[in-house]
Amino acid sequence: MSTAVDMPRFVRAQQVEALPPPNLARGPVAWVRENLFSGPFNTLLTLVVFYLLYISVPPLAKFLVIDAVWSGSDRAACRADMGGSETGACWAFIWEKLNYFTYGSYTVSERWRVDIFFALLAVGVGWLLWLKAPRRDLGAVYFFWLFPVASYILLTGGNADFSGGFWLGFLIFGALLIAVFALMAAILKTSLRPALIVGGGIVGFIGITLALMDMDFGLQHVPTSLWGGVLVTLLVATVGIVFSLPFGILLALGRRSKLPIVRMASVIFIEFVRGVPLITVLIMANTMLPLFLPGDITVDRLLRPLIGTALFSSAYMAEVVRGGLQAMPKGQYEGAMSLGLNYPQMMILIILPQALRIVIPGIVNTFIGLFKDTSLVAIVGIFDVVKTIEASRIDPNWAAPTIGLTGYAFAALFYFIFCFGMSRYSLGVERRLAAGQKR
Amino acid sequence: MQTVVSQTSPPKKSFLYDPKVRGIFYQVLLIAIVGYLFYMAATNAAENLQRAKIASGFGFLNNTAGFDISQALIPFSAAGSTYGDAFVVGLLNTLIVSAIGIFFTTILGFIIGIARLSKNWMVAKVAMIYVETLRNIPLLVQLLFWYIAVLGPLPQPRNSLEMGAGFFLNSRGLFMARPIFAPDAWMLPAVLLIGLVGAFLYRRWAKTQQERTGRQSPVGLVTLGLVLGLPILTWIVLALVGANPISFEVPRKGTFNLTGGMQILPEFVALLLGLTTYTAAFIAEVVRAGILAVSKGQTEAAGSLGLKPGQTLRLVVIPQAMRVIIPPLTSQYLNLTKNSSLAVAIGYPDLVQVFMGTVLNQTGQAIEVVVITMGVYLTISLVTSALMNIYNRRVAIVER
Amino acid sequence: MKKALVSIAFGLTASLLATGASAQATLNSVKQKGFLTCGSNTGLAGFGLPDAQGNWTGLDVDLCRAIAAAIFDDPTKVRYIPLAAKDRFTALQSGEVDVLSRNSTMTMSRDTQLGLDFPAINYFDGQGFMVRKKLGVSSAKELNGASICTQQGTTTELNLADYFRANNMKYEVVAFATSDETFKAYDAGRCDAFTTDASGLYSERLRASAPDDHVVLPEIISKEPLGPAVRHGDSQWGDIVRWTHMAMLNAEELGVTKANVDQMKTSDNPEIKRLLGTEGKFGEAIGLTNDWAVRIIKHVGNYGEVFEKNVGEGSKLKIKRGQNALWTKGGLQYGIPVR
Repeated sequence: MSTAVDMPRFVRAQQVEALPPPNLARGPVAWVRENLFSGPFNTLLTLVVFYLLYISVPPLAKFLVIDAVWSGSDRAACRADMGGSETGACWAFIWEKLNYFTYGSYTVSERWRVDIFFALLAVGVGWLLWLKAPRRDLGAVYFFWLFPVASYILLTGGNADFSGGFWLGFLIFGALLIAVFALMAAILKTSLRPALIVGGGIVGFIGITLALMDMDFGLQHVPTSLWGGVLVTLLVATVGIVFSLPFGILLALGRRSKLPIVRMASVIFIEFVRGVPLITVLIMANTMLPLFLPGDITVDRLLRPLIGTALFSSAYMAEVVRGGLQAMPKGQYEGAMSLGLNYPQMMILIILPQALRIVIPGIVNTFIGLFKDTSLVAIVGIFDVVKTIEASRIDPNWAAPTIGLTGYAFAALFYFIFCFGMSRYSLGVERRLAAGQKR
Repeated sequence: MQTVVSQTSPPKKSFLYDPKVRGIFYQVLLIAIVGYLFYMAATNAAENLQRAKIASGFGFLNNTAGFDISQALIPFSAAGSTYGDAFVVGLLNTLIVSAIGIFFTTILGFIIGIARLSKNWMVAKVAMIYVETLRNIPLLVQLLFWYIAVLGPLPQPRNSLEMGAGFFLNSRGLFMARPIFAPDAWMLPAVLLIGLVGAFLYRRWAKTQQERTGRQSPVGLVTLGLVLGLPILTWIVLALVGANPISFEVPRKGTFNLTGGMQILPEFVALLLGLTTYTAAFIAEVVRAGILAVSKGQTEAAGSLGLKPGQTLRLVVIPQAMRVIIPPLTSQYLNLTKNSSLAVAIGYPDLVQVFMGTVLNQTGQAIEVVVITMGVYLTISLVTSALMNIYNRRVAIVER
Repeated sequence: MKKALVSIAFGLTASLLATGASAQATLNSVKQKGFLTCGSNTGLAGFGLPDAQGNWTGLDVDLCRAIAAAIFDDPTKVRYIPLAAKDRFTALQSGEVDVLSRNSTMTMSRDTQLGLDFPAINYFDGQGFMVRKKLGVSSAKELNGASICTQQGTTTELNLADYFRANNMKYEVVAFATSDETFKAYDAGRCDAFTTDASGLYSERLRASAPDDHVVLPEIISKEPLGPAVRHGDSQWGDIVRWTHMAMLNAEELGVTKANVDQMKTSDNPEIKRLLGTEGKFGEAIGLTNDWAVRIIKHVGNYGEVFEKNVGEGSKLKIKRGQNALWTKGGLQYGIPVR
């Protein structure tokens, strides 16, 4: 550019101050023109949308907020013939029943235990979902072992009261398991110690869990028939999540296995469950499970839909995980094998961590589906959020025309907050992963 | 269990290290465990059934039902019909609500999916809010909402809303005139068929014509005329010569309710509304993803060829997007069919409500009823996936 | 292998959380557990209804409390398991509940084919109809063409079909899975009439948004003897349930009430003496203590008291004794003598 020095100076030395763009290309007016009224068709669309909003939003706002009844102690506040207002939502009803919607009929003096359960759940979820949290491996142990055991003790009161015969059976089972490990070690001619440690570890682990469940912490027993509301909804969702992820991974591995029978069993299970509606699975768990168990064993009424939803969601989870496994390049498998890793090592150390990472959005979406599906347990008579609302609707103290809509608005809000939160989280993770892939 | 073979030890020849042998061992173990569980379940069930004195076998399907069903597409009466008939009634009710639901939800879903990609900011935002709201609220809550939203404002039968043309609306549902077919009515479907064949032939002719000469023919108009116009014309002609093929039975007011005519139950309407709006939110996402999967170059190329935006969408983008859209779309259709089982919550007599509800309770034969019901859903979804696979294979051949 | 371990673990947990019920005698297992499990209604005012704190009240509930009182001298040692109509018999058969006290109709097929016994009938009932007053209907015979809300899977649904067929009338049935849904739909105007057991009609009417707008029609179209059910084959347990009810009936007949039961112990009436265990060893004969009836009456009351408190004039339901009056007063309740 040095030549420029010799040139006659008819070129400006400084830049001219840029003029503002014409008013019609900038500012709100231009934006509106560009985005809303860029042509006759677009204008028509915009007008139609405005009309739709006009007929839907004001009545909604009026019902939910403006005309709503915020306080009152019984139906009088929400009935026109008793001096109240019945054009708006009856939030007073929700307020009055909030404890019932949260705890169901859980013994009042023991409700602090449910609160602790909520807090423990929040800690666990936060620990696992916050990607930068410290020691997330410990978080997994917490969420998949410590938290379930603690919740069991807190919510039921623990003290499962296993009989002596049960413990005897467990000891025999433990001894047998250790013997099998020792036998395998002997046959494989490897050293006996690690086999004994692993076997003893498993037996001890189960034993400690059982002992914790059996221990009497002096908590009052609260039968599951009293549980209800948010407690049950979160419980069903959590059990579904805690159970469906590991079981779904196993099923996905089974489906990708080279062993024909293992593969077939997995495929049959997955396709069967995905082919039928959840409600039929729940009804089956409710009516057929008792038939399949020996006559003197009964399964708790709350546990039946828990098993049903957990099995159901694991089939969906399996397909998500399979997607991740299939996305892994073959080189990863070959690399792992060439290092001399055996199948479990290869899967646990190399493949699964990568595969699971790329399907986190899919997993979260399955969780969202599972969370919404928990509402179906209401149909088989479990008092979840929906069922407690349904039950409160016919309380004569609150018989008013707007009660039903108010209750459903509350339920919708409750589920929306959770599901929307989860879907935002999944979007965030998706973006992070996409950023990593874009290099 | 297995340990990493250390490099120093000589390779062992033991058959235990043979992956095949191990594979067989694991599989035998799996069979043994699954078999044991099944065996336990079967023997327990047999014992429990015997103890509870519950009958088994499918003979109950021939027993008299003894209850009535509010919506039956085949003649059904408590006295003359069997549990088997009740099953058919439930199945047909499931199928009809699913079929109609699929029809409407496809239209709504495509509109919203395309709207989400609209350049019009308002339209895109409203579509997004629709999708996010409906997707994040359980269908059950939506159905319960629709049920009271549908039922609440409707008047009692004595003050039915008269909507003209034989339509009435009240809290028992929507009533309309029922067509009664005269013997000559067979001519109408016959003429319709002729119209359809004619339209098809004309389309083919128009296509070859366009490929040969480039001239376009008014395909849409002619099709409409042949398919709709021809039967209507026939009807008018028949009516003029005094052989009216269809007469209508208009609902009349009875003691409690309107009698005569056809009735659409409010339960049906609520279920249809719920299923349609809920599934449409998912279909919208499927459609959006499908359209986004078509690369921008295609749109630009279409634009440079002089196609209008509407034509671009119809002739270039959607045909290519369909390849991505169809598989997830099918699974949404299946979801809708499966979700129609939530009818049980609002009293619409679908398969689950009639068969897994009433029949199960009256007969107590849980195993048979559950097996049949699940079998139906399973068959529907397996057949659909089989068709899907065939379609996928066809599409794959088209691909280069 | 992993799959196998999972299956074992799963089986283990399932069996863990399962509560062991009894192949053994029910009485022993109840004593061992320390409480009675009672299958109850999911919510029917006057018969079995929990409040928001989980305290149960009602006629059927009081029978369970009476059994618990007879066994433990403590009517609170009962765990209630709310059961939907369709689950109730399975729950009893599988041993999940010790006694089913849930306004269940005794029928021959239930008694003989389902492996159940009905040791007593604590409420004689029949199916009726409820309509809105403004319809101006005064008899069920005028319901031709009406749409009727009913609960599916009950004898009610079948009786309804029989009744309309027998009277050559048309109707439209709208069936719901639970009684709550059924009544809600009726209250919302979906149906002209609502049908269930007459006792249930009075109880459900309380939950209507305007109870006074509804009227119960006089026709009773079926016989519904409601009573507790137990598993077939444990006659000792059946005896306890039967005699708990009979003790309450006899107490009413003999004028023994909650208030005066302690004074009555000194009564010279031999019938009262046998009932209250001051003479004979009737309690021990059914595996209880001889003051079993005293415990029942002291904690729960006699049949008349229980009836009045839960469903009679002292309650919101205001049902007349009618068929449930003592036989001496023209009813069907007949106390079998303790002798």
